[in-house]
Amino acid sequence: MKRKTKEAFFFLLFRFSAMLVVASLTIIIGFVVINGVGKLSIDFLTQNPMPNNHGALVAGGILSPIIGTMMLMGLVLLISIPIGVLSSIFLVEFLGSSRIARIWWIVVDNLAGVPSIVWGLLGLALFVYYLHFGLSLIAAGITLSLLVLPLIMVATKQAIEAVPSSIREASISMGATRLQTIRHHVLPYSASGIMTGIILSMSRAAGETAPLLIVGVAVNASIPASLTDQFQAIPAYIYFTWQSSDFVQGYKMAYAAALVLIALIIGMNLTAILLRNHYRNKYRW
Amino acid sequence: MAIKLRERKTGWRSILEGATWGVLLIFAMISVFTLVMVFIYLLTNSVPFFMKYSLSSFLTGTVWRPTQDVFGVLPLFVGTLMVSFVAAIIAVPIGLGCTIYLSEIAHPEVKKFLKPIIEILAGVPSVVFGLFAALVLSTWLAGIFNPVSRLNALNGAIIVAIMIVPILISIAEDALNTVPSSLKEASLALGANRWETIRRTILPAALPGIVAAIVLSIGRAVGETMAVIMATGSASQFTLNILASVTPMTAAIAMDIQETATGSDMYHALFAVGLLLFVITFSINLIADYIMARFREVYK
Repeated sequence: MKRKTKEAFFFLLFRFSAMLVVASLTIIIGFVVINGVGKLSIDFLTQNPMPNNHGALVAGGILSPIIGTMMLMGLVLLISIPIGVLSSIFLVEFLGSSRIARIWWIVVDNLAGVPSIVWGLLGLALFVYYLHFGLSLIAAGITLSLLVLPLIMVATKQAIEAVPSSIREASISMGATRLQTIRHHVLPYSASGIMTGIILSMSRAAGETAPLLIVGVAVNASIPASLTDQFQAIPAYIYFTWQSSDFVQGYKMAYAAALVLIALIIGMNLTAILLRNHYRNKYRW
Repeated sequence: MAIKLRERKTGWRSILEGATWGVLLIFAMISVFTLVMVFIYLLTNSVPFFMKYSLSSFLTGTVWRPTQDVFGVLPLFVGTLMVSFVAAIIAVPIGLGCTIYLSEIAHPEVKKFLKPIIEILAGVPSVVFGLFAALVLSTWLAGIFNPVSRLNALNGAIIVAIMIVPILISIAEDALNTVPSSLKEASLALGANRWETIRRTILPAALPGIVAAIVLSIGRAVGETMAVIMATGSASQFTLNILASVTPMTAAIAMDIQETATGSDMYHALFAVGLLLFVITFSINLIADYIMARFREVYK
């Protein structure tokens, strides 16, 4: 009896902690939705931020932050995906499980643990000042690309390693070269896993704030006309409006922008999760 | 003729293979190069600071007033320590409880629903957590604890705890899943009930993985920036009072660097703080890597 009570007690505790986790997500998203949904309108999504009578940027909408975030995601897509996917292919397919590959992956793991603000410092010292990009979209784009690089690499690694080696061996024994094996067999089978990793890193880039504050986001920036212009981004907009002097209006705008950001990011993450589950069921080795 | 053809084909192919190998190697070098670059840039930008101010005054100074050229990192360091330590105290039991529930207790249908929720929680941007902490959580806490200031270290610690729970769960769950089911079955067959099996068999077997999960999530807490800027207020005072406002290292860098001129003492001091932060998180990750590597060898 006592053993049974003990079991029941601990299982109750575990169930309770799982409920706490679900509750914390529900409460946070609930607050953002309740407080933000009132401000949402077509105007909010299609107007640039505008100053109110007292000069605080809490009127208008969030068009330029949305465009800025999209541009950042585009840059990250262009820069870090080719680098991340190709280097993972190299490490897994050409170096395999050699000693050097193991050390290499430790480096990548450690890159993933570098705090985002430190990436911001690197971006500031290297891209903004040393390479003279200035506070700009391109400096922020490259900084974010480096930040998500380890995420893409690890996701690609897992996707490629999930392809059974029997497939590679069959291909090689039919006379295909290593390159042909990768192109015609390994990549098609791991494409969905790589895709999932790409979507997740895009959503990470969309939500990242701290490095942007250092390398080029500006409160009053409009839609950037070139890569060297300053820009706005949705997460930075949330931070700026939260800090605004007109806090009544500022909090409302911050909540509404947070709602848009959460919708964007959860949408992307759900797509990635569904994609992964779909293909996990499709390919069973 | 046939031989000649084959030779030509092999030659062309081997060049292509070799060229691809080279190109891919260059791409792969970028990741290593980046890590080296982060370290070099932090180091070279902090050197001017350490030429002028001594390392010991930086590490043991209890006043951080960068606008007046007083650079003691201790208030920031204690701020970081307090926020991440309390966050870990909150997150570890909840995270582990949730992990055990997920991997050992939950019905597969519940699990199918719970796992995406945890992944979504992991994806919510830190600025949204920060907004929630600054506007909602702080008000609740003010009602309960009567804090020194509305935005305080406890507020930051709770929000950071919520943020690191999903990371803890995903790594710890992997660790629990690595434990061979034969161990579990043996324990159940010997008459232990499910809790005794978890407690005496599964948890000890997965312990290194669980420790690594805890270490890694503390590393994430140390590096968290946006949420702590918004949640902890911005008083860089030297205090151990959890209900007072603090400025963790990450927050100090993000807030102060926007107002500083390139090449000033303050600019280099902030890089020195960044270097310290990098060294801390890097060591934490190496420790976790080491534990994980030992763990994997046991169950090969």
